[in-house]
Amino acid sequence: MNVVVTSLTPVLPEIVVLGGALVLVLLGAAKGDRIAGIMDAACIALLLIAAVLVMAVPDGRFEVFGGSFVFDGFARFMKVLTLIGAAAALFMSIDFWKKEKLHRYEFGLLVLTASAGMMVMVSANDLIMLYMGIELMSLSLYVIAAFDRDNVRSSEAGLKYFVLGALSSGMLLYGASLIYGFTGTVSFTGIAAAAKSPSTGLVFGLVFLFAGLAFKVSAVPFHMWTPDVYEGAPTPVTAFFSAAPKVAAIAIFVRVATGAFPGIVPQWQQIVIFISIASMVLGAFAAIGQTNIKRLMAYSSIGNIGFALVGLSAGTASGVAGVLIYMVIYMAMTLGTFACILAMRRNGKAVEEIDELAGLARTHPATAFMLGAMMFSLAGIPPLAGFFAKFYVFLAAIEARLFALAVIGVLASVVGAYYYLRIVKIMYMDEPKAPFEPMAVPLRVALGVSGLFVIFFFIYPAPIVAAAQAAAKSLF
Amino acid sequence: MSIVGLFFYLFAFVLLASAFMVIAARNPVHSVLFLILAFVNAAGLFLILGAEFLAMILVVVYVGAVAVLFLFVVMMLDVDFAELRQGFMQYLPVGAMVGLIFLVELLLVVGAWVTAPNINAAIKAPIPPLSQATNTEAIGLVLYTTYIHYFQLAGIVLLVAMIGAIVLTLRHKPNVKRQNIAAQIARTPADSVEVRKVKSGRGL
Amino acid sequence: MIQAIVFLPLLGFLIAGIFGRLIGARVAGLLTSTLLVIAALLSWYVFFNTGFGGHEIRLRLFTWIAAGGLSVDWALRVDGLVAVMLVVVNSVSALVHIYSIGYMEEDPHQPRFFAYLSLFTFAMLMLVTADNLVQLFFGWEGVGLASYLLIGFWYHKPEANAAAIKAFIVNRIGDFGFALGIFAVYALIGSVAYDTIFAEAKTLAGKTIPLFGHNFDALTVICLLLFVGAMGKSAQFLLHTWLPDAMEGPTPVSALIHAATMVTAGVFMVARLSPLFELAPTALTVVTFVGALTAFFAATVGLVQNDIKRIVAYSTCSQLGYMFVAMGVGAYSVGMFHLFTHAAFKALLFLGSGSVIHAMHHEQDIRKMGGLAKHIPFTYAMMLIGTLALTGFPFTAGFYSKDAVIEAAFAGHNSMAQFAFWMTVIAAGLTSFYSWRLMFLTFHGKTRADHHTIEHVHESPKVMLATLVILATGAIVLGFAFKGVFTSEDGITGFFRDSIFSANGHKILEELHQVPLWVKLAPLVMMIGGFLVAYQFYIRKPELPKALAEQQPLLYQFLLNKWYFDEIYDFLFVRPAMWIGRTLWKRGDGFVIDGFGPDGVSARVLDVTRNVVRLQTGYLYHYAFVMLIGVAALITWFLVRGAG
Repeated sequence: MNVVVTSLTPVLPEIVVLGGALVLVLLGAAKGDRIAGIMDAACIALLLIAAVLVMAVPDGRFEVFGGSFVFDGFARFMKVLTLIGAAAALFMSIDFWKKEKLHRYEFGLLVLTASAGMMVMVSANDLIMLYMGIELMSLSLYVIAAFDRDNVRSSEAGLKYFVLGALSSGMLLYGASLIYGFTGTVSFTGIAAAAKSPSTGLVFGLVFLFAGLAFKVSAVPFHMWTPDVYEGAPTPVTAFFSAAPKVAAIAIFVRVATGAFPGIVPQWQQIVIFISIASMVLGAFAAIGQTNIKRLMAYSSIGNIGFALVGLSAGTASGVAGVLIYMVIYMAMTLGTFACILAMRRNGKAVEEIDELAGLARTHPATAFMLGAMMFSLAGIPPLAGFFAKFYVFLAAIEARLFALAVIGVLASVVGAYYYLRIVKIMYMDEPKAPFEPMAVPLRVALGVSGLFVIFFFIYPAPIVAAAQAAAKSLF
Repeated sequence: MSIVGLFFYLFAFVLLASAFMVIAARNPVHSVLFLILAFVNAAGLFLILGAEFLAMILVVVYVGAVAVLFLFVVMMLDVDFAELRQGFMQYLPVGAMVGLIFLVELLLVVGAWVTAPNINAAIKAPIPPLSQATNTEAIGLVLYTTYIHYFQLAGIVLLVAMIGAIVLTLRHKPNVKRQNIAAQIARTPADSVEVRKVKSGRGL
Repeated sequence: MIQAIVFLPLLGFLIAGIFGRLIGARVAGLLTSTLLVIAALLSWYVFFNTGFGGHEIRLRLFTWIAAGGLSVDWALRVDGLVAVMLVVVNSVSALVHIYSIGYMEEDPHQPRFFAYLSLFTFAMLMLVTADNLVQLFFGWEGVGLASYLLIGFWYHKPEANAAAIKAFIVNRIGDFGFALGIFAVYALIGSVAYDTIFAEAKTLAGKTIPLFGHNFDALTVICLLLFVGAMGKSAQFLLHTWLPDAMEGPTPVSALIHAATMVTAGVFMVARLSPLFELAPTALTVVTFVGALTAFFAATVGLVQNDIKRIVAYSTCSQLGYMFVAMGVGAYSVGMFHLFTHAAFKALLFLGSGSVIHAMHHEQDIRKMGGLAKHIPFTYAMMLIGTLALTGFPFTAGFYSKDAVIEAAFAGHNSMAQFAFWMTVIAAGLTSFYSWRLMFLTFHGKTRADHHTIEHVHESPKVMLATLVILATGAIVLGFAFKGVFTSEDGITGFFRDSIFSANGHKILEELHQVPLWVKLAPLVMMIGGFLVAYQFYIRKPELPKALAEQQPLLYQFLLNKWYFDEIYDFLFVRPAMWIGRTLWKRGDGFVIDGFGPDGVSARVLDVTRNVVRLQTGYLYHYAFVMLIGVAALITWFLVRGAG
């Protein structure tokens, strides 16, 4: 009995989250939406407990369920990050739902199941586990995208996401079956052993598999859903979408690339370089024309994923460490920004146009300062955290002699700086509009924490950098 | 050509032809019917492979439940498919080209097909011969042991789908009277009937 | 303990800076002062414990930067040398904090002021406790920033803003050299940690740096670059122009930053890096020369200034020159001695001037003072003690330290030592003259202030006078009490130990006690001479100075205009720079670059954006189509290129 418990320890966080979700489903069904607040708190607590459990797993590499589930330093890092992201997004959402009279307990539950899916993804070590994790996450996400079901835009967002997600799942499965067919195994370890040299069929499978994964991280050209869904979905959902699922999807992207295909690095490198460049460029250019801030953030996240993938395209441990650092900083920036977006409420209604921010520096100086810091950081201006995020991935790319990629990346970030700084300009230079409603406490907390992180990261980056490097090393 | 081969080609041809008709048929009801035909033929292919459990499940679940549900939906919703198809010709050239490219490329893949030399060793749980265990048993043996985690996860996925369906569609309409059986049974005369004395010549 | 010393000021800064408006001016002042007093008391303890007790501290806080071969720690390192600085910085800072409670009483922005003062103190402490060049540079820039903020504290005054900017820019020139020096050290040694540098320094001897087709001795180049930084911070000749202007800041600031602590950072740095400088005799000769020239030059300019604070400022400049002379001839502990005593009496003079200015309702021109001795006798007494110490009156602090510097210059061996000796002796006479001139014009004779002002002259609040007493005590006793530590070889073995290094085993300390008698007497004679001349000029025949000025208009104007340095710099650097800037702006940037660059490029960017956004139609099948095309394109790419 003891042995069984020990061998399941690495899965304990998943079991806790899913078990907790099942209990909460029953509880919610019995008590209804009256206890939505308590349910949210319970969900946040479960996520944080799971994060603690993840950290409590001893160092080393554990394989569970016959090797289809793996727990290593990389999994630990990414799981903690996703869980914190999910918990933070949930924490930020409560106030919004209350004010919009949409406070329903299912949201927390679906965030919980989505997080479980993400954890499974991060730890997946075969194609089936990968698919199960992705589906568990995606299905939850489709539902919460349409959570404001009486709103046409929200429903449309959910439906679009669902249909395109199904298409991407089809591609992913097709790729997976091709890979299985050409290697005779679904296990990443087995694939790595079998796929020593590229064959046409294997590369085909790889392309389809990566297409499916690229859809989840919303990398160009599989990004088309992102702007519509980000804009249509309720704002807290968008905040959630842009943080935790992105981290998990990048994690599985990295694990598949490095864990299953170390034998054909030049092939997947080409794919990753292509989608990375396309994402950076499109993210930078398309965002300029946007007037809706959520849509802008959609393009921003596309661009950011492009930058993160620069690290992966290096294909080295330092590149992967760059990706991890990038995701940490990106999550802090995006959650902080969304805390500000969630605070954009006037006369009891949420507003989403960028012009509504005009003169924010005079009506809400502290918020404007923090949002300004986020924007400067997203634009990659030193000494804010965003600069270091880009610095590490570009450094890895240069070390891997991918000079063209690094140059394009820097140029794209220059173009991208335009629309980030435009927001700062609108906040600080334009004539003020009527002030927003006072910011809810959870949003203040989230904005404060992420703001301090972004501003003061440079003083003591060592722990995160060291943790990311250790995590990246566990993959190689 | 053996009889098995003959049936394989028969099922395979009908499957492809009906799959094509699903997207080509003008009448949506016909599309769904062709879809059912495709499912049935796929079940036939499973039978040839000796996977009779999967074949039956395919018929029961996909034909019996999913496709029939589709049929209901298609018949109940008044979708003007002719209108939806208007853009069809506009995109046909590009679409055809992309399709053609895929086709050519897939042929190339098939041309390069090599069965991995260790394929038999790589398969973890080969199907035992019928004499040892029935098909259902064989699936059960691995599904509830080696692959229990997949099974559980799939269960959770379905649960999420159910929650999702409820979240997005269940409504409590305020103007609809509903039965609350427990409350109805728990009623006593004391809380449902009030006795008033009415003085003669006056109302309440 | 040492953490408390360094981080209490930071705590004070954070509280006063962030919650200043919340807790109010009084609390902010009291709180930061209390924290500083605690830090000062602790640093005296450390001074004795480290210096005499021999308990040196090396405390690594955590790694700051680790990139490739470069590793920089946040660390606190305290040895004899640093202990001296800790005492100087914290004591003066604590007194200045307390003094400011009284001096700044009517200012509406007191919390900000105290926050800046504490920030400055923290940065200065980081500077002195550094155990590598990068942390030193952090502190270096930190004090520069705090100095900028404090000079420009009254930012509504245009002169204050200009002075702040000037201080910052001139320092930047020095910092540029300093940074280059650090780069050179790292490039040649591969480390920025003191211990490694000092251990490796010997291996650099004889190495050269090729530059502009010549090969320069590496150590000399490094030391000269580092010294350029010291020149900027310590306002040495050529880079001194910011210091007098910095007097636009509040007077306590001048006392703390521009007399006792920040400006001595350069001196400290040379002593700290003595293992490098000792190996570069050429650089030491330059240090001696610049120090001597500054000592003389600043003293001459001080002769004719009329602003009470500017006189003291030029005096500071001149005294810093003395310190560098001592450094240059290898008598590091003597230089530190002068730094130590100078901190006390110069802070006293500044704070005393502050008290005068306070009494005179912010009048700073000594021509409009006079006869104040009977109105503010206490301040007068304090200023008198400060003046005696500055001029080197026997048995005051300045007497011991300044004479030691002059004797060390005489005993020094490098080619500039004799020059330095004569310059410092002459400067001693000039110092005496301008100091007494200041005293006589301010406190003696008939008053020249209008009677409205003179009626309201009042002694400063007790809190200010109390700090003056403490400093005055220091100005009297510090020299006598500590001369053994700083000027004898026993002091090296018993106090400084390895913190300062001398190639010939500190022989100069022995030699400076054996100089001829006339050398020992020379400064005293000069001092008395300066006093007598000043007495003659301003007490007995007050019309004499004017006559002299009219008789020698060229010399007078030359001195009054500070050797025309500001004008020369304006002509040589400021105006050409402005011209280049304007041309580049109007012609280069506005016409060429904007026209073809940003404006053109941004128009193209918008075109691209329009096209990209048009792709986003909102139709599902378009989106699906894009995905399919993407996959097809990738696969085709691989097929065409060949999968392998």
